[in-house]
Amino acid sequence: MATTAAVVDHATHAHADDRSFIRKYIFSTDHKIIGIQFGLMSLVFLALGGTLAMMIRWQLGFPGKPMPLGSLLPETMAAGGIMLPEFYVALVTMHGTIMVFFAIMPLLMGLFGNFLIPLKIGAPDMAFPRINMASFWIAVSAGVLMMAGFFVEGGHAGAGWTGYAPLSARPDLSGVSLGQELWCLSLIILGLASILGATNYITTVINMRAPGMTWFRLPLSIWALFIASILVLLAIPILSGAAIMLLFDQTIGTNFFNPATGGQPLLWQHLFWYFGHPEVYILILPAMGFVSDVLACGSRKPVFGYHSMIYAIISIGFLGWIVWGHHMFQSGMNPTLGMTFTISTLLIAVPSAIKVFNWMGTMWRGSIHFTTPVLHAVGFVAMFTIGGLSGVFMSSTPVDIYIHDTYFIVAHLHYVLFGGSLFGLFAAITFWYPKMFGRMMNEFWGKVHFWLTMVFYNAVFWPMHDIGVHGHMRRIYDPSQYDFLKPLAPVNTFISISAFLLFATQGIFALNFIISWFKGEKAGRNPWKDTGLEWSTPSPAPHGNFEKTPTVYNAPYEFSVPGMAEDYLPQDQKADQSRAPAGAGH
Amino acid sequence: MANATMMGPPAETQPATGVYNGKVGMWIFLGSEVMFFTALIGSYIILRFAHPEQWATPGQALNIPVTAVNTFLLICSSVTMVKAFAAIQDGDQKGLRMWLVATVLIGATFVSVQVYEYVHLAHLGLLPSGYREGSDLANAAASGVAWKAGPALPAAVGLYGTTFYTMTGFHGFHVTMGVLCMAFVTWKAFNGKYTVADHRGVEVIGLYWHFVDLVWIILFTIVYLM
Amino acid sequence: MGWIIPHGVSTFTPEIDRLYYIILVITGIAFVLVEIGLIYFSFKYRAQPGRKAHYIHGNVTAEVIWTAVTAVTVVIIGIMSVPVWNKVKGRNSVPAGALAYNVTAKQFEWNVGYPGPDGQLNTADDFKVRNQLHVPVNRDVVLEATAEDVIHSFFVPAFRLKQDVVPGMRMRIWFRATEPGPYEIACAELCGLGHYKMRAFVTVHTQEEYDQWLAERAAQAQSEAQPSAVASR
Repeated sequence: MATTAAVVDHATHAHADDRSFIRKYIFSTDHKIIGIQFGLMSLVFLALGGTLAMMIRWQLGFPGKPMPLGSLLPETMAAGGIMLPEFYVALVTMHGTIMVFFAIMPLLMGLFGNFLIPLKIGAPDMAFPRINMASFWIAVSAGVLMMAGFFVEGGHAGAGWTGYAPLSARPDLSGVSLGQELWCLSLIILGLASILGATNYITTVINMRAPGMTWFRLPLSIWALFIASILVLLAIPILSGAAIMLLFDQTIGTNFFNPATGGQPLLWQHLFWYFGHPEVYILILPAMGFVSDVLACGSRKPVFGYHSMIYAIISIGFLGWIVWGHHMFQSGMNPTLGMTFTISTLLIAVPSAIKVFNWMGTMWRGSIHFTTPVLHAVGFVAMFTIGGLSGVFMSSTPVDIYIHDTYFIVAHLHYVLFGGSLFGLFAAITFWYPKMFGRMMNEFWGKVHFWLTMVFYNAVFWPMHDIGVHGHMRRIYDPSQYDFLKPLAPVNTFISISAFLLFATQGIFALNFIISWFKGEKAGRNPWKDTGLEWSTPSPAPHGNFEKTPTVYNAPYEFSVPGMAEDYLPQDQKADQSRAPAGAGH
Repeated sequence: MANATMMGPPAETQPATGVYNGKVGMWIFLGSEVMFFTALIGSYIILRFAHPEQWATPGQALNIPVTAVNTFLLICSSVTMVKAFAAIQDGDQKGLRMWLVATVLIGATFVSVQVYEYVHLAHLGLLPSGYREGSDLANAAASGVAWKAGPALPAAVGLYGTTFYTMTGFHGFHVTMGVLCMAFVTWKAFNGKYTVADHRGVEVIGLYWHFVDLVWIILFTIVYLM
Repeated sequence: MGWIIPHGVSTFTPEIDRLYYIILVITGIAFVLVEIGLIYFSFKYRAQPGRKAHYIHGNVTAEVIWTAVTAVTVVIIGIMSVPVWNKVKGRNSVPAGALAYNVTAKQFEWNVGYPGPDGQLNTADDFKVRNQLHVPVNRDVVLEATAEDVIHSFFVPAFRLKQDVVPGMRMRIWFRATEPGPYEIACAELCGLGHYKMRAFVTVHTQEEYDQWLAERAAQAQSEAQPSAVASR
């Protein structure tokens, strides 16, 4: 095992790069490579999760009709190409699980947490490069375990991504045994990877900021990643604990969630959502940070209300801990608690609104260059607003009685996770792609991808509000069973066709991503004329990042400073150095 | 130097807090551990409040004296850990090795006693799922007679067995991990890797060790004594 | 279609629907303002030759205003929600004298236990009907609901009523239907592979119809259960 030996006595070199291929690209300790590894893994999972969604949409749009290529599936999943109910619940479960844990979260935290933090704070690498590498490979093994569930007897976990006990704890009732155990095990292992990652990020931000990089000179992307890392650090162990209890209930006969022996099914829900709501903010805060960076650069203006943006991030991070009960209004939880959770949930609308208004304020009186990342960032604000506003409906407990567990919730969560997180990620990927690979992504195809995604995305998720308001339940294999859902069938078909088009559109992005890697136009150090430290180093940045440790003189978004020749002032450049001769006597 | 690259910052950077990365990182990691044990202890509290009748009187099913001695041992291992750290601060290599070996041995003893306790309890009839059918405890509970100079045993102990094994088991797992890491640090100490100037590995593993020790004091109190 | 909530037939309907529409108007205004603002800014402030962005870091007054307006609005929504929630699900919300039924959920059916001729629940003359809940119109009804196996959720869209039914817990679900007719009951919580077909009916009768139905079914149940009931007692 030459590789392990090589890793053990690895020391960080800032410049010399004589590492073997395996140490450079496979078992690398370079945060940028690890970030890209996380990114590629998550993009594969993103495509996979999307494929599962397409199968779900086929069944809902065309219930009982054989799926295209469905005959390729084994008889345990689809009989003669027609999906079986047990496969449908596994699809619903795994679409959620994969998208949340193996696509969006590792894209935000794994890819950009790794890639951006050291570059943007002026550090040569993470605080613990080898733990960082371990974190990635642990995540990969969790992913392999999760995928293995599809191939075991009894099929994959079928209790929803929320894994509500006792259904998830009782193989005799769900028909799933090994699949559900693998689900638990995989999440426990992934949790370890996340905790190691979060420890690393937090330590790095606290300890390794370049000289002059004070807390209030940190870009909002770093603030968001920092707060999200704290949420990961403190929320994920709750999930690990709960998943361990569930695994024990399934395997060694413990009674945590078994009502027959006094166990408490609601205990699972409390634990899951006590983790789960901070998790929601783990999935959106970093995207908010990226969008702030991209919008400021695109508008050539400082972020409007930089400090209140930070306080908003912090208060969202804090309030996220006291709202978990709003997932449980109809669960049989003490109704008086419902009241408390309503108020705390509604309060979280305040920092969210502050952020939206500040983004608009950033565009106001700017000079907006609509490059692909900026389009996605504006799209993020537009779509996140819808997701935020639809959340108000369910925070009102009486309205939630009706819309809870309907497609209204599905619409809401996709407006936040797709319209929010994923548009934020598209903005971030297209924005930092040149720093990752040294080449630009194609602008034309980027814009085509944006507009088609925007149109089809809304065609998919906007009507879901409507069918939700008509009472359409979630996770239903065949809506045609119910008379009151029959009139909604054409809407379901429309949604499904739009979903197929939305999925196909992502092929443009995938091709643009891959082809640009080899054929894209070469990017200079700073193609967007941005102010961040990462742009002062070559693209792609070398191992060790900076030729010499940068010193920071400025706030993060000094665009269009009056009296300067250039409309941007990099963080590591003294203001007087770059002042134009004309402005010297100013 | 291997140690420096493992725990220390890469060259050139000065930690902003003045505290080296390994120590900051361990404190942060322990925050995560606190939440993990919070989940376990929180669940314990909720289950016990819901079904207090499933809990045996302290000392009835669990052997308090044996575990008290075990607890004392673990506290002693925190003392030996402090001694090891103090030794290397004075540059006393021999003292460092001796106290580290003592810590490893005491930690291993603690785990061994816990394994013995599990085997004994399982034999007696307490499993994670509750009573073992046909065991002494199950028979005593079914007959409803007083057990071991105490009141009668609870009719069902499903939650009692569940929480006992899960909580002590996960603590035992943490001690085991600690012993393994400590053995690694000890091995490095025997190779002379720690100096007066740089003994970060000893300090970092010490932080973890004291944390695990502290958790046990809480667990011993609520699982055995209450 | 399109954000219009369908016709409802319980006493909860007007209040929940009203709240829904109030929130729809408030969020609708916010939605239009933000989206129009975004589109307007995108056109007005797009990069053009010679345009330079203004160097602005923020505006405290503006931020205080929109923070305060948002906070006040959401608190008002919260305050308006309280009485409705208390009426439907509050601790002591079940009206005295409500007609009681037992509802037992299991994979994948709703079993309804009716009080027999004596009008008392949990007595020997109770009878059970699978997937059929019959209630009189304009009477308070309470369901004493439990689940046998996993969590189910009792959902009657037409009543705006939903309540999870958790094994090991007893849920008291009450409502008052205002229009006779058959309505569908759905399970709203994923409960296994047959979740999608866990469908039942609630039939709202006029009082006379209801009395007649109850008498018929009770007699039928009596005659069916007679031999076994004698044997077991």
